[in-house]
Order: sequence, then C-alpha cells, then structure tokens
Amino acid sequence: MTETTEFELVSPARLLMSEPVEMVVVPGVEGDFGVLPRHAPMLSTVRPGVIDVYKGGQVEQRLFIAGGFAEVTEERCTILAEEAFPLTEVSADDARARLDAAREDLEEAETDMAKGRAAQAVVVAEALSRAVGG
Amino acid sequence: MASLKDLRNRISSVKSTRKITSAMKMVAASRLRKAQEAAENSRPFAERMDRMLGTLAGSVVGTPGAPRLLAGTGDDRRHLIVVVSSNRGLCGGLNSATARNTRALIRELQADGKEVALLCVGRKGRDALKRDHASLISDTLEDFGRHVITYAEAEVVAQRVLDMFEAGDFDVCTLVYNRFRSAISQIVTRQQLIPFPVPETANENQPLDATGDAAQRALYEFEPSEEGILDDLLPLNVKTQVFRAMTENYASEQGARMTAMDNASRNASDMIDDLTLQYNRTRQAMITKELIEIISGAEAL
Repeated sequence: MTETTEFELVSPARLLMSEPVEMVVVPGVEGDFGVLPRHAPMLSTVRPGVIDVYKGGQVEQRLFIAGGFAEVTEERCTILAEEAFPLTEVSADDARARLDAAREDLEEAETDMAKGRAAQAVVVAEALSRAVGG
Repeated sequence: MASLKDLRNRISSVKSTRKITSAMKMVAASRLRKAQEAAENSRPFAERMDRMLGTLAGSVVGTPGAPRLLAGTGDDRRHLIVVVSSNRGLCGGLNSATARNTRALIRELQADGKEVALLCVGRKGRDALKRDHASLISDTLEDFGRHVITYAEAEVVAQRVLDMFEAGDFDVCTLVYNRFRSAISQIVTRQQLIPFPVPETANENQPLDATGDAAQRALYEFEPSEEGILDDLLPLNVKTQVFRAMTENYASEQGARMTAMDNASRNASDMIDDLTLQYNRTRQAMITKELIEIISGAEAL
C-alpha cells in the first residue's frame, strides 16, 4: 500500500471530493506545485487552471478550478474553490462560448469595478479553453 | 341563525382554503428537504474557510499593512445592516422576528450615536421595516431564491456589500438572518461581517508560549504572502458568509412555512368539523319542524 494524503476539494455549495490520493498537482499563483504525503505545511492562492489527481502512479482525474485557495498540511491538502468541476464535464465548444461571453462582458463593462470583475472572468475562461483545448 | 345555504357555502370555501394550505405545506416540505441539504452542504466550506482565516488572521492583525476588511477602517461610526428575509410571505413569524430584531439593533446603534443604513435582501424584510425606517433603507435586493439559493445569487449580494465598503459607505457591517435549527425552530442571528471578527485565540498579542496554535502557525509557508492571500481570501469569506446566511434563511423560510401551513390546515379541518356539525343540526331541526307541522296539521282535521 503506497502512502496517501487526504485530498479535499470544497466549493461553497458542496464538498466536491474527499478521498485519499497519492499526489495532487495544484496550479499555485507562483507556479504549479505537487503535493505528496508529508508535504510541508503551506497556504497558497490558486490560479485558474487544472488540478491533476494522481492515483496508482497515473493521473486519475483532472479537475478545472476557477481559482481559490489551497491549505497543505502533512496529512491533507484542502482546496477551497469558488467554482470547480471535472474537466470531462465541459466540451471545447462550451469553453469557447464561455470565453466569448466573458469577452463581451468585458467590452460592455462600464465602471472600473465591473471591468475588473469581467477581466477576471476572461482570465478564467481563457484558462478553461486552454485546459480543454490542449 | 345562518341558513343552510350559507353554511354549505362556508364549508366549501373553508375546504378549498384547506386544499391550498395543505398543498403549500407539501411544497414547503419538499423544498425544505432540498434547502436543508444545501445548508448542510455549505458547511464544510465555511468550516475550512474559518480554519484558514484563523491561521492567517492572527498573524497579520495589528500590523500596519493589514487589509481593511480585517482591520476595519479605523472607525466604527457608520453601520450597515444587511437584513436577510424571504421574498414571499405566509411563513409564520419568520420575517417579523427578523424585523423586530433589526429594529432593536437599529435602536441600540442609534442610542450609541452611530449612523445606520440598511440593505434589505428579500422583499418581506423591506416591507416590514419600511414603515419605521424608510429613510435608512439604501436598497433592496430581491432577485433570488426562486427554487434554491445559488452561490451566484449570493455573490451578487456580497459584491454589492464589498463595493459599498470600497466606496467608503460604511465602517461596520452586520448580517441579520434566521439560522435554521429545525422546521419548528429558527433563530434570528446577528453576525458581524466586516471587519472580520478575529477569534480571540488567534490573537498574537497573547503570550506565544501559551498557545500551541501560534507555534503551529509559524510552520506554515505562505504563497505569495500572508497579506497577498488575505487580500483574496477576505472577500471570498464575505461571499461565503452571505451565501451561508441566505441558505440558512431559505431553509428557515421553508421550515417556518411548513409549520405555519400545517397549523392552518389543521385549523381549517377543525373549522370544517364545527361547521358540518352546525349544518347537520340545522338540517335536522328543520326536518323535525316540518314533521311537527305536518302532524299537527293532520291532527287538526
């Protein structure tokens, strides 16, 4: 039996995942990082991207995350995400539609704050279409 | 004495009322199950959020660079009260309890010489507060909760609060909502949203050797930095808290409605029984009277 770490992915609406895994690769703001059992404790902001969940020596599941936070301790890795779903649930068309909609919103945004939010949505949509396409 | 026809009409109208209330009860019961599930599902996130914030907040609070959502504006004169209520009525004393609590809070704050503004989430809360405090209500948001509260709906509300804070409209923000305990018990709850109330144990002013918590915190690495994470985490926390308040309140609403409608259906049943008894008595009395008339008529011959 290989050593495992407890991986939890939580969104405000529900607990998406909670199971022991061998490794997770998380897209941190300062670069992707892999979390293995007995990782040093850390807190990190997560940028929009893909989380790879490793089990049995290979990628078992790929999840898209629209940004959030990761808390890593020696025995677990908790990720708080505002939005997250398995990559298999979206098609390339969905991603493109979302990107177009987000770009449109950005053009229509008037106030600075609305612009900031729309720009963020575009970044998320871009990350998603990259994840789906490549 | 009411005529037979009147009684018949009343019985049938109470019967149709009962049909409506018992249908509403069923609907509320099925929504309650979903709402309760949603409220329970939102708990893990909030718990982990609290844990992370507890780890972070203690080490940053009191330092000059602390984010304003955590440290406050350095003032506590202007208060914003976010009143979470339901969009629809017929749910017992739920919204009036919220309104009563809010009024008490307004009085307390005003007695302390603070300025108060209200942000109403949900129509019924606004309706209840409009009479006494119309001038304080800055806005009402009511576009939510058609079936179940989604995170996106809560985000709109939270974003509104954050925008107002950024614009410097208030110093302290308090949420008032109904916490769901069971279908027959909902508790009006006040919760400070901004600035984030730092739990006492996470305060670094306390001696370090006393708290194992502080020792553990020192081991954490932060990417990019404590302040950087907090800048993102605090707004997310506001959203989460608003979301939680709204889901709890929604579950409370369904629970309260179910109980209220159950009572109403039962009262209607009692009323139908009484009216039916009265109807039968009147009917028999009439028959008896007619018989007496016939008999006495026959005897007279």
